[in-house]
Amino acid sequence: MGAKFVATSLMKPGMSLELRGAGVTFGGGLVGGPRKEALRPIDLVIAADTPQILAVVGESGSGKTTLTRLLVALVRPSMGRVLWHGRDVWRLDAKEFREYRRSVQAIFQDPFGAYNPVYRVDRMLLLPAIQFGLAVSEEAARPLAERALADVGLRPAETLGRFPHQLSGGQRQRLMVARAMMLKPAVLVADEPVSMVDASLRATILESLWHMRHDTGMSLVYVTHDLATAYQIADRVLVMRNGEVVEHGEASQVIRDPTHSYTRALMAAVPPPDPTIDWGLEKQR
Amino acid sequence: MSVALSVRNLSVEFATQAGVARAVNDVSFDLMPGERLGIVGESGSGKTTTALSLLHLVRKPGRIVDGRILIDGINIAKASPEILRRMRAARIALVPQGAMNALNPVLTCGAQFDDLFAAHAVPGGRAQIGSLLESVGLTEDVADLFPHQLSGGMKQRVCIALAIALRPAVIVADEPTSALDVIVQKQVLQTLVRVQRNLGAAIILVGHDMGLMAQFAHRIGVMYAGRLVEIGSARAIFGDPRHPYTRMLIASLPSFGARGVFQGIPGLPPSLLAQAPGCPFTPRCPRAAARCAEEAPETTSFSDGREVRCHFADEARHVA
Repeated sequence: MGAKFVATSLMKPGMSLELRGAGVTFGGGLVGGPRKEALRPIDLVIAADTPQILAVVGESGSGKTTLTRLLVALVRPSMGRVLWHGRDVWRLDAKEFREYRRSVQAIFQDPFGAYNPVYRVDRMLLLPAIQFGLAVSEEAARPLAERALADVGLRPAETLGRFPHQLSGGQRQRLMVARAMMLKPAVLVADEPVSMVDASLRATILESLWHMRHDTGMSLVYVTHDLATAYQIADRVLVMRNGEVVEHGEASQVIRDPTHSYTRALMAAVPPPDPTIDWGLEKQR
Repeated sequence: MSVALSVRNLSVEFATQAGVARAVNDVSFDLMPGERLGIVGESGSGKTTTALSLLHLVRKPGRIVDGRILIDGINIAKASPEILRRMRAARIALVPQGAMNALNPVLTCGAQFDDLFAAHAVPGGRAQIGSLLESVGLTEDVADLFPHQLSGGMKQRVCIALAIALRPAVIVADEPTSALDVIVQKQVLQTLVRVQRNLGAAIILVGHDMGLMAQFAHRIGVMYAGRLVEIGSARAIFGDPRHPYTRMLIASLPSFGARGVFQGIPGLPPSLLAQAPGCPFTPRCPRAAARCAEEAPETTSFSDGREVRCHFADEARHVA
C-alpha cells in the first residue's frame, strides 16, 4: 500500500521530526494469532524550525494514540522509520537520545496512569527541570514550576506538596500541560490534553499552547476527538480511522469542505452551541 | 400541571480538615413533568453534589444541612432510609457519571435487572428486560453478557435501561456521556431523549458542556461556587444571558468561526471554605462594582421565568 505524505510545512530536510513509511502492527509473533494493523504506514513531517500546529482527529481505536507513541519513541515501528533531525531515533546514542527526549515532549491521554502515586506531584515538575538543565537545584526550579502552574490555572500553593490521588482528572491534565510548557520543547505531542478540563478553562489552556508556537517556537501535535477545538487551534488537520489517514489538509479546508464521510460524521457530532439550530437529538430512530 | 420535583433552599456542606466547605448554597428550582433541565458549572461548582442530593446520595463527610427536596409530597432531604430505598429507582433514578464502574462486574446485565425488580418487589422477567434493552437500542441477548463484554457506549445504555426500568418520574443523569467518544455521545443522548419522552419523565442532565446543554435542555441552570446564579429557558439563556458568568461560559465555547480566538474565563473559582461575603464571581467578573464584594446579590426574577443572581441582572441587554 502506498504511504501517505503529509507535510506540515515546506522546510529544509533534517530539522524535523519525521515518520517515513512508519507503521505499527500488534499480535502475530511467537504465539501466532492474527496481526492487527494499529497504524498503516504513514509519512509525516513535523517541522521543528518553522513551528506548526497539527491536529490529529479520530475516534477510539483510530490509531491516533499509536501515532503519538511512535513520535515520542514509546513504540518501535514495525516497518519504516522515525527520524529526528534526519537520524533514526532508535539508533541515536545516549547523548543524542537525551537531546531528542528533551526536545520532543509528550502529554499522555490518561492522567491517572501518568503519575507515580508514591511521589508528590512536585517531583513531576522539579525533576525534569533539573534533569534537562533548566535549573541547578530544586530551589531554582521552584519558581519555574510555579509560573507554569499559574499558566494552566492551578494555584501553586494548593497543588505543590500534594499526591496525585488528591487531584482531580482535570487538575492532573493541567499539571501535565504545565510540565510540558515549562520544558519548552521543540515539539509537543499532546494526546487529548484537555479532555477532562472544563470548557471555560479548556479555552485558556489551548490559548497558552497556541501562543507557545510564537513565543517559544514550539510545534504541537494536538490529538483530540473534538473537531471544534482542532479547528480553533490547528493549521492542519489529519483525520484518522481504523489505523489509516482518511483525510488531511489545511484546517479551514477540512472543516469547510470535508471530503470523507467520517469527517462529516465527526463534524455532525459537535453540538452547535445555539438552541435555535436543530442538532437532531429529537430525531426518532 | 403539578411539579415533578421541587427543590427549596438546598444547602450541602462537607466537613474537611481545613474547615466546612459549603458545596451547595441555597439552591432552589422546580422541575415540570417531561421537562429536560440542564445544570452546568465548572468542577467544584456543586452541580454533581446537587444532583446526588436529589437522591440523598451525598456521603459523609458531606451532609444536607438545609432545604427541602419534594417528590410526591415526600421530602427526600429528611426521609428515612426505608422510604429512600423505595423512592430511588422507582420515583427518581440516577444515570451515573462513570457507567464503566456503575455495573456489577460479576453479574450478567440481566441479573442486575433481576436484582432491581426483586428489591422493589415488582414483576420482571426476561421479556421485560428484553424490551427495556431494546428501548435503549440494544438487543435482548445483552442480558446474558457481563459488563466487561460491552463497549463504553453499550454500558451507558444498560445504565439508562436500568434507570428507566421502574418508570421513574425523574431521571438524574450526571455527565452520562463524558467518557464516551463524540459520535457515540450523540447516539446515547438521542437514546436518552427518546426514552425520556416515551416515559414522560423529567430529566436533569448535569455537565460542563454548554454546547451540549444548548441542544439537550429545555431549561438551563448555571451554577457557580455552590450557587445557582442563573436559570431560564435554553433560548433565553443563549439569546440573552443575564449573568456575566453565563455570558462568559457561552463565549468560551469553540465555534467553527474565527480560528485562533480563545475566550477562556480568566481567574479561578473561589475556595468553598470560609466564603467571603458578596458575590463569589466578583474577582473574575468584568462588571464587578464595589457593592459586589460586600453584598451577595438576591435573586432577580423576570417575567419570562428567568431567575438571576446578579446586582446588574436587569441592565442593558447587549453587553459583550
